Amino acid sequence: MTVAKPLPHDAAHLHVTGQARYVDDIPTPAHCLHLVFGLSDIAHGIITEIDLDPVRQAPGVLAVLTADDLPFDNDVSPSAHDEPLLSKGEIFYLGQPIFLVIAESYLAARKAARLGEITYDERPAILTIDDAMAANSRFEDGPRIYAKGDVERAISEAPHQVRGSIEVGGQEHFYLEGQAAVALPQEGGDMIVHSSTQHPTEIQHKVAEAIGQPMHSVRVEVRRMGGGFGGKESQGNALAVACAVAARATGRPCKMRYDRDDDMMVTGKRHDLRINYHVGFDDEGRIAGVDFTHLMRCGWAQDLSLPVADRAMLHADNAYHLPTARVTSHRLKTHTQSATAFRGFGGPQGMVGIERVLDHIAHFLGRDGLEVRRRNFYASGGSISRTIKPHTTHYGMEVTDFILHEMVEALEVSSDYHARRAAVAEWNARNPLLKKGIALTPVKFGISFTLTHLNQAGALVHVYQDGSIHLNHGGTEMGQGLFQKVAQVAADRFGVPLAAVKITATDTGKVPNTSATAASSGSDLNGMAVKIACDEIRDRMARCLAELHQADPAKVVFRDGHVEVGADRLSFAEAAALTYQNRVSLSATGFYKTPKLQWDRIKGYGRPFFYFAYGAAVTEVVIDTLTGENRILRADILHDCGASLNPALDIGQIEGGYVQGAGWLTTEELVWDDKGRLRTHAPSTYKIPACSDRPDIFNVALWDGQNREETIYRSKAVGEPPFMLGISAFLALSDAVAACGADYPALDAPATAERILAAVNRVHA
Amino acid sequence: MTLCINGADYPMPNDPRTTLLDHMREKLNLTGTKKGCDHGQCGACTVLVDGKRVLSCLQLAQTVRGDVTTIEGLSKNDTLHPMQAAFLEHDAYQCGFCTPGQIMSAVACVSEGHAGSDAEIADWMSGNLCRCAAYPQIRAAIASVAQAEAEG
Repeated sequence: MTVAKPLPHDAAHLHVTGQARYVDDIPTPAHCLHLVFGLSDIAHGIITEIDLDPVRQAPGVLAVLTADDLPFDNDVSPSAHDEPLLSKGEIFYLGQPIFLVIAESYLAARKAARLGEITYDERPAILTIDDAMAANSRFEDGPRIYAKGDVERAISEAPHQVRGSIEVGGQEHFYLEGQAAVALPQEGGDMIVHSSTQHPTEIQHKVAEAIGQPMHSVRVEVRRMGGGFGGKESQGNALAVACAVAARATGRPCKMRYDRDDDMMVTGKRHDLRINYHVGFDDEGRIAGVDFTHLMRCGWAQDLSLPVADRAMLHADNAYHLPTARVTSHRLKTHTQSATAFRGFGGPQGMVGIERVLDHIAHFLGRDGLEVRRRNFYASGGSISRTIKPHTTHYGMEVTDFILHEMVEALEVSSDYHARRAAVAEWNARNPLLKKGIALTPVKFGISFTLTHLNQAGALVHVYQDGSIHLNHGGTEMGQGLFQKVAQVAADRFGVPLAAVKITATDTGKVPNTSATAASSGSDLNGMAVKIACDEIRDRMARCLAELHQADPAKVVFRDGHVEVGADRLSFAEAAALTYQNRVSLSATGFYKTPKLQWDRIKGYGRPFFYFAYGAAVTEVVIDTLTGENRILRADILHDCGASLNPALDIGQIEGGYVQGAGWLTTEELVWDDKGRLRTHAPSTYKIPACSDRPDIFNVALWDGQNREETIYRSKAVGEPPFMLGISAFLALSDAVAACGADYPALDAPATAERILAAVNRVHA
Repeated sequence: MTLCINGADYPMPNDPRTTLLDHMREKLNLTGTKKGCDHGQCGACTVLVDGKRVLSCLQLAQTVRGDVTTIEGLSKNDTLHPMQAAFLEHDAYQCGFCTPGQIMSAVACVSEGHAGSDAEIADWMSGNLCRCAAYPQIRAAIASVAQAEAEG
């Protein structure tokens, strides 16, 4: 068995010796050209004059392209065709690409890109949520509303009501490897593209449109990314298209890599938002109804904002049964970077809202947050019977696999939650300046793309006559360990050691029409597709060998690198050679589509998710009430990966997800000035967690269980769900601030030292 | 004047403004050292010069005086350096992009004597960002090497 083993990432040896190649490391042919965008300097306006002669005359510059020089489609949008590669005359955000410099070296291109002389007729820019609401600047005609029951009545008739609002900041992906692409022109107008992308098919599609060729003329290859986190789902389109267009125009290979500052100025980030809430509840904190309004800042282009905002609405319940609920979601169009996918895809934003509500309720009632949370949990999956019906979400999906009662109980014990809570209270009573806080928050995250047709995957598997196996599928590797997990599946199906399986780069010429590696679905979808392909070949081999040995094909066994046929035992290589010699194909494709999904995003009703992944975290923090400085002292996590395909990789995802989630809500602050210029565009001003920010005590365990649904080896998706465990860090900070006075802290996110200090002063007053 | 990298001599760049990082990556085919931010803030480009940590994106190639060691030069005759072996053993990366810089920094962290405790390692490795946050494994890998060295 190769599955369920804690094996390291694929290419481990290449990583530690520096041989692992990322796009910028691929040796390029001679005469490769380098590209840099010339960017807009204003947030909104019309270009009235553009003088690019100084750019053209700069040393090393071969050509400069503007929108007028693009012979075919000038668009890099993954959705609404509203995102020109190069501005058509109107500027929609500060940092928008206007012209493309093609030069002999990266440095020459970069220097020349600063020389464009552009005159604008500047227009008022819509920058903030309030600006956008006032101007009714939005995507879609009006807000989307998902509702269940008579929420107004339920709230007004409840014994208690609380109303509030929270601002939640965005997040820069800060993949360590910036966006990059290379285009290599081929004969007859064909194009090969290497791109650091989570979505090779989308790159193929957009490149084909931009060079006026059918998709079959474009082949996109992705071996690995140096981090993606959602930031390479659509944001790589511009670079790949620019490279292809320039390669077509010059007949030479073209490469583009954003400088870090350009990367942060040009590309979209996590959606920031304001959540308004109004909730009615009883004396014990049981929610009768909750009314949420999400005001999401989507930026200038639609990109993936609609499904992101939908997913935020779908996670407005998190782990809690809401008897009545309404979520109103405004998708606001602003003159800023186009907000995009980021790990959790709106889910974290929705979840912060309800966790904030429960925190507020607990504070209002003077009760323990965990007690109030538990009281609102969905019914346990185990308790559902003919007489006890499952609860339904506010979008009409039955929750039948709920395991958080059991998980939270286990975490309470393993983290010593109650004793530590008492110790925190006692410590706070003795310490006037430093205050501690503790919070336990759960996660219930829906698994599947909410755009149902994306829930499909393909694989291509070859067995060669020496018994070695070539594995290919539509998923991309960005550090999450997908390639290794899927290789484990393939090795297991053939009963061979992992070394027999060659993991190969994602390639649109091998597996077509793939979905982005996103929505945590990589191993669920591609693992299944690979299993199907492997089983097809294995069954063919079994039939062939059984016939030769006059045995029952069903009794042919593949294990330990051998094939057992009746009394005979062949090495897998011998079996492969024999199958080949008997003229049986050793190559197969596999195709999988997720079952049971049915979802209407306009009505907000149905079953968008195949299943839910669960987790819970306890975080303890300390704050300095004089400065707002803070530390995470300890984090305890219990997370559900079903029957884990690879516990080591899964624990890495959980730890990394938690730290990244906590970073989002604590130190990672994006600041735009009143001209719409992003002022935090490098790690000097944008603070992601460092080595010393990891909690000193960090206990992570996997819940011992199985997926109730038939997923690959009954495992569960793990990429995104643990990100939201970081919410416990935010609420622990809120708890620490609450220890400073009687008022509710109403902390906004990210809870920077500055915000914590302000909140401390508020509750003191 | 030549540049000694991993025991071999390479030509200096003609342009005095060329950084060591760009020179290695673009002219010398030494792409193991990564460019993360090009501002000296993320640590991905860390190399050793005479055993000391240097951010190669901030170091002009012509100003380098001393022997440069990069990730490509750390293993000898196909035998991994103990730090590389420890990163393998602890699977101390996810996407791997920051790994060459982490390993070079980690080698120096131990030789500087800054790996005495987990907290010390955390502080002295904070110049090397890992967005995947594989920090627990990175810290464990470094601690294991420091401990093995301490035990002689």
